[in-house]
Amino acid sequence: MGERLLMKGNEVIAEAALRAGCRHYFGYPITPQTEVAHYMAKKMEQLGGTFVQAESEVAAINMVYGAASCGVRAMTSSSSPGISLKQEGISYSAGAELPMVIIDIVRCGPGLGGILPAQCDYFQMVKGGGHGDYSLPVLAPCSVQEMYELVVEAFNIADRYRNPVVIMGDGYLGQMMEAVTFRDEEPIYKADKSEWATTGSELKRDHHTVTSIYIEADVLEAHNNKLQRKYAEIKKNETRVEEFNCEGADVIVTAYGTVARIVKNVIKDAEKEGIKVGLIRPITLWPFPSESFEKYAGKCNDFLCVEMSAGQMIEDVKLAVNGRSAVHFYGRTGGNVPSQPEILEQIRRIMAEK
Amino acid sequence: MATVYQKPHALTGKPFHYCPGCTHGIIHRLVAEVLDELGIEGTTVGVASVGCTYNSYEYFNCDMVQAAHGRAPAVATGIRRSLPDRQVFTYQGDGDLAAIGTAEIVHAATRGEKITTIFVNNAIYGMTSGQMAPTTLVGQVTTTTPFGRKPELHGYPVRVCEMISTLEGAVYVERVAVNNVANVRKAKAAIKRAFKVQMAGLGFSIVEVLSICPTNWGMNPQKSLEWLEQNMMEHYPLGNFKGKDLEV
Repeated sequence: MGERLLMKGNEVIAEAALRAGCRHYFGYPITPQTEVAHYMAKKMEQLGGTFVQAESEVAAINMVYGAASCGVRAMTSSSSPGISLKQEGISYSAGAELPMVIIDIVRCGPGLGGILPAQCDYFQMVKGGGHGDYSLPVLAPCSVQEMYELVVEAFNIADRYRNPVVIMGDGYLGQMMEAVTFRDEEPIYKADKSEWATTGSELKRDHHTVTSIYIEADVLEAHNNKLQRKYAEIKKNETRVEEFNCEGADVIVTAYGTVARIVKNVIKDAEKEGIKVGLIRPITLWPFPSESFEKYAGKCNDFLCVEMSAGQMIEDVKLAVNGRSAVHFYGRTGGNVPSQPEILEQIRRIMAEK
Repeated sequence: MATVYQKPHALTGKPFHYCPGCTHGIIHRLVAEVLDELGIEGTTVGVASVGCTYNSYEYFNCDMVQAAHGRAPAVATGIRRSLPDRQVFTYQGDGDLAAIGTAEIVHAATRGEKITTIFVNNAIYGMTSGQMAPTTLVGQVTTTTPFGRKPELHGYPVRVCEMISTLEGAVYVERVAVNNVANVRKAKAAIKRAFKVQMAGLGFSIVEVLSICPTNWGMNPQKSLEWLEQNMMEHYPLGNFKGKDLEV
């Protein structure tokens, strides 16, 4: 066991990235993730790393694109409207197969929306957001401890598959303080990037090119097929999920991030009323843990998807359940969080209709 | 027999796809000659942009990164900050640099990023077939100013060197042209100096190269060169704007 500290989620993101060997951070201020930049600004100077406060989120993601091209571990962080601006660069990075970590501490939208926590970026992160056929692993922690572990893992996944990886947390996870226990040594995946990184040829090898443009149809299709094969591999190896109390449950609630923690309390409340409630908590939103839903679909008649959005993840839940059980929804928006009593009330209603 | 002229090593030898009369070929060659003469091909990373030179990575022999439209200076920033002992250049046209990429070039310059920008100004969007660029001259006919650029409708052409030279982080700023042999030689000297400024760690350097686009200007190459001399050089005077006395 290593150091145990009380830290804010956003600071833990930065600390985890540093522990994962990231020495290149490029960002732009936006609430509620700005503490990531504060932490990085201080630490990078002390560690001799790179911190650049870019002129925009657009520039920041392109700086990450440049750094990642050289094979270094690079990261940017932002929140919803800022992520919208980064989508161009994210699409290019996916096309050019650049390993990088992108942090999205989600606030409510649309537009400037508000600065309060939300989960309304599911569509833009999980379903693409930028142009083209690409997928990004999206990791959704539910605690500050898990935030730390998943940020380290995000760098490993990025390097293992040469792909951008997203950490998506609602504003609460960025802002809350919790105890976190750090490992003495991080499990770092060491990727050999010497075959493609643009580090200068030293005239000892053919020149390397990082690009996302393939102007001939067949060449681009072959590139796209290669990406799809990679995504299939990621789906096979990197799907993460927590299943809790699902065997024989009357209702299975599905939620991620902060909401999933609230649901765990609801499970205790429901138990007192004789209702068995299960939880499927996707930890990877892409790849979506469809198998967990397939396993219980048809056995548990009622699924309840709870989100801090108007209903985004529910589309994937419905696809996985595939009509074999009813899928109910409860969501709050605008920065409101579904409360324990509210969720319990939804469960009671479902039970009453059985 | 003595070799007096050959392909620079820093060019791959792949035939250029540029239109007949286009001066990108000359400018590519000048950059490559400079990389050769400074012995930095193996320690240089170039950034290709969007426009006619989107695939300049196929022509330059050094490592190359292809950037999104206008973002080359940001990409170059990320590269240079990751490889502090390398040289980094961007090769950008006027649509890329002076319209969609205005923020990126201004801020890379003002941060004093140790990169070199080769800015090719032909007063028009070439690749997308001749639309008005920020650099299009007043009165100039393009596919989106079919009756000529009118200030009251389209505003005025941007003078990039004059603007960039106001920024403290930009230490070497020069405008050249490739319209005749003497100017081609001056252009090469400026490009070489820009790289030397970078290698000395002094800050941001940019060379604007006035160029022609016979295809989209609708003139033959000879007429295009005359048009450049008679019109572009008046609005975009050649010369050094900053850093001519730097010791490099």
